[in-house]
Amino acid sequence: METFVNDIAFIIGTTLMYSTPLIFAAVGGVITERSGIINIGLEGMMYFGAFVGAAVAYFSGDPWLGFFCAGLAGASLGLLHAIATVSFSAEQIVSGIAMNFLGVGFALFISRLVFDGATQTLTVPKKIPLPLDFLFGEGKLFASSGFMDLVFNRFATVYLAFILVFVAWFVLYKTSLGMRLRAVGEHPEAADSLGISVFKIRYGAVITSGFLAGLGGAAMSIAVVSRFSNTLISGHGFIALAAMIFGKWKPQGALLACLIFGGAKGLEIYMGAKGVPIPSGLLATLPYVLTIVILVGWVGRSQPPASIGKIFDKGEN
Amino acid sequence: MSSIGASLKDKFLNGALSITLMSVLFGFLRGGIILLLAGFNPLEAYGVILKGIFSRPKYVSYVIIYSTPLIITGLSVAFALRTGLFNIGAEGQYIMGALAAAAAGYYLKLPMVLHVFTAVGLAVIVAAFWGGLAGWFKARFGVNEVISTIMLNWTALYISNWAITIPSFGRQGTGKTYAIQPTAQIDILGQWKRTPEGIAFLREHPMLWDVLKSPVNLGFVFAILLAGLVWYVLNRTTLGYELRAVGHNPQAAEAGGISVKRSMVISMLFAGGLAGAAGAFQVLGVSHRIATLAIMEGYGFDGIAVSLIGNNSGPGCVFAGLLFGSLKYGGSKIQDVMGAPTEVINIMIGIIIFFVAMPKLIRMILAYRKRRERN
Repeated sequence: METFVNDIAFIIGTTLMYSTPLIFAAVGGVITERSGIINIGLEGMMYFGAFVGAAVAYFSGDPWLGFFCAGLAGASLGLLHAIATVSFSAEQIVSGIAMNFLGVGFALFISRLVFDGATQTLTVPKKIPLPLDFLFGEGKLFASSGFMDLVFNRFATVYLAFILVFVAWFVLYKTSLGMRLRAVGEHPEAADSLGISVFKIRYGAVITSGFLAGLGGAAMSIAVVSRFSNTLISGHGFIALAAMIFGKWKPQGALLACLIFGGAKGLEIYMGAKGVPIPSGLLATLPYVLTIVILVGWVGRSQPPASIGKIFDKGEN
Repeated sequence: MSSIGASLKDKFLNGALSITLMSVLFGFLRGGIILLLAGFNPLEAYGVILKGIFSRPKYVSYVIIYSTPLIITGLSVAFALRTGLFNIGAEGQYIMGALAAAAAGYYLKLPMVLHVFTAVGLAVIVAAFWGGLAGWFKARFGVNEVISTIMLNWTALYISNWAITIPSFGRQGTGKTYAIQPTAQIDILGQWKRTPEGIAFLREHPMLWDVLKSPVNLGFVFAILLAGLVWYVLNRTTLGYELRAVGHNPQAAEAGGISVKRSMVISMLFAGGLAGAAGAFQVLGVSHRIATLAIMEGYGFDGIAVSLIGNNSGPGCVFAGLLFGSLKYGGSKIQDVMGAPTEVINIMIGIIIFFVAMPKLIRMILAYRKRRERN
């Protein structure tokens, strides 16, 4: 019985670990797309954030400074994306693809300059802390490797991700800012005629999404692992994008999608460790196949914000 | 006559082509600035890249070899995009095509030409199925093709990695499959260049020898043919007209009697088949086997860039693919020669696409210059 409970705890713990970076980026995606701007560049923003987070944490020794700078790195790409899409009516998908090339390019370019030609950083001296250990002392609150320890004794980023989902939900649905943002995404002309600045809202939303995607990258590079390498972020941004659509453009939906995905990953690792008689190679397809099955079977059509991807031009020129 | 000249001039100055060319120019300028900021001489770097592309016949043939899969995955993305579908799945379709070609090339025992056609045909069918799945999910269940193709990419990657672990297919412990049969290879003079007569002949013809040092193969020829096919299907057939109509305005197309759902599936079948062909030519012509993939190789994602730079047209993809291939190959040399990070190429490609996305900005710049010239 005890091993069974611990097995469950192991799966939940792994789920949380894998979901966290995705949650940050997916919530970022929700915010920008609800304002009407597609951001397919989440991958590049995560990639750049993962590098900057690890590099700053390595040189400063402060993981939180690294975490924050990772956000800024993502936000800088977000700013570029906003300039293109909001100010110059760019094709949003095209600009997003550009962000993916730029994110990878900047990260590896700077990495080679700073880390002696290597496309990875050195190990950071300190990772993002485990808040429970930090507050109560290691192994004091819960017996180590017990159920509670495996489930709840997680990196601070895990808690932050859940708080973020709540804050994003609150802002989007319970504040006037959120209402404006959604109005801009549904019907920018109407929002504009009511005096809402489509321009400002969209800039803010796109930059925020970059910031969050950058945090997601750092949640990978200085919490899940302790360094950036060129293969660390490989498709996470795209999976976050999928989670956002899966979650029907809602923070809570995106959270659920990320957890399902992370859960499938946790199950895959657990079954692999237990020697379930399915070839481990095929087992690795589980999260992806499961996502498709859920989409086909239960979720189906998801409706994006009405004006998404459409160019808004005030008609000044 | 003059009106044709004027319209050509107009096309050049205000059309898609000038926007692309300006974007490429900006890409090189900004790339140079970034190199300069990092303390490298950009002119020297571009010199190294140019030399790395053109200075030896071998280099040129490598550029063509690098470009071939990019052109074809570019065509795949472009084809789907014309129907309004965003095929992020070229990557997975490429993997499935490569897997099918490697299996057919290794297991089947067939005469020369037939073997090649069978392997490519199987690769196209498998990959078309893989792409078509995403189209069908969208048409039947309303699943956004962006999600389904992302998931199918990873599924394909792990299926391919699993297949390599099958004892009769993969060489144990190497993470690679056995090489395909010589009958399935599309290398140009691939067998002959290793025979004593071949070597003796090539010693007397250094230029040809240099070219044959690279894995030259027929893939590029097929890529050009496929570009022509894509152009023809899209622009000269009823099917292509219907697919483009759906891409322009699905409601209007439906009202006009075109089945939008059917078009989605057909478009993704086609796109998948193209990406699969890219994987097949790479296996039959260059690698002769497939290997375990730790991460995505990026042919499909690079194909998105190629399609966008090539303005989603068949001929455009050929030029954009060659540009991308030469930058990728030539750019890899600045690392060795001057220690400058080769990833400046990624940044340049990113900047080119960034500007391609903003025709409005480029038109403003062109208009501004025109105004200044007049004053």
